[in-house]
Amino acid sequence: MIRSEILKEIAPILRDQLVVCNIGIPSQELHAIDDQPTNFYMLGTMGLASSIGLGLALAQDKTVISIDGDGSVLTNLCTLPTIANNVADNYILMIIDNGSYGSTGDQPTYTGKKTSLAGMARAAGCENVVEVMDVDTGPALEKAIADRKMTVMVVKCDSGNAKMPVITMDPVVIKDRFMKAVSA
Amino acid sequence: MDIDKKITDDLVANDISFVTTVPCKQLAGVIEEIDNRDDIFHIPSNKEDEGMGLCAGAWMGGKRPAIIMQNTAIGVTINTLATLIQYYRMPLPMLISYRGELREPVACQVEMAVHTKALLAQMNIPTYHFHHQKDVEELDMILKYTFMCNKPVAILTDANFWGGYGDQ
Repeated sequence: MIRSEILKEIAPILRDQLVVCNIGIPSQELHAIDDQPTNFYMLGTMGLASSIGLGLALAQDKTVISIDGDGSVLTNLCTLPTIANNVADNYILMIIDNGSYGSTGDQPTYTGKKTSLAGMARAAGCENVVEVMDVDTGPALEKAIADRKMTVMVVKCDSGNAKMPVITMDPVVIKDRFMKAVSA
Repeated sequence: MDIDKKITDDLVANDISFVTTVPCKQLAGVIEEIDNRDDIFHIPSNKEDEGMGLCAGAWMGGKRPAIIMQNTAIGVTINTLATLIQYYRMPLPMLISYRGELREPVACQVEMAVHTKALLAQMNIPTYHFHHQKDVEELDMILKYTFMCNKPVAILTDANFWGGYGDQ
């Protein structure tokens, strides 16, 4: 499965949760598949989906799911120790690990080679790290939500992108409706 | 006057309850004071752009954030300031240790100091420079201004403000 197929499958699970979605094609895919006020789309700032999600989870009680990518986590690796040492049990970091920089032309990342993000998360001190295959994403995500225990999910899948339109919604509109959904 | 306490009191009085920090020797006292306050959640960052991401999330979660960092971090955070904090129009007070100014003992710090105000000006970031201890009296107004206009705002605090650096 490629990322867009996973997003299609888990859209009904994501719909009821606060979601912080990674820059580029992941946000375009989620936006096209199931746009929700509870989705915060990153239009720039590669790497910070996990940090924004953690800050949001620490600031309020609702479950927060950050949908991140292997390339983006690699660019902000220092996020893992911060997550590990500031436990928010309403926080799930879901890394869609397709071993490539999808938005820039599927150039390979190091996670398709020797590097294990699950291993790095564990070494950073994250206590609840699960590695799942693409087809098992839905049940694993439902379990993580139900467990109400901070979870880092590394979802291994194939490299590739669906053709989706660019998000043209104004960033302030994205933020405003998201904040209203957070406080609703 | 205890500057560290005064700064922390102003943060609390402005309902700032989520503070991320990347340390500097000059900021050690205020970071310690923040860490000791029950009404502020202190989350150390490993890198300043990461810290701004945390602050953006906290803001959207209903908390007023602030970041405390060195001016070298301006070099690290330009993209985050432009594409996250400014693009989505979020308030962010940045209490910045202005290294490389008068009374600075480390020559390399001057190399970023000479770019600091130019970069902030280029980014259209409102910028205040605390050089004398009494300048801290404006902090309360600066914080109110930041959350009024929903912008990142820089407060540069140099060695003279902090009463010298190290053995100086």
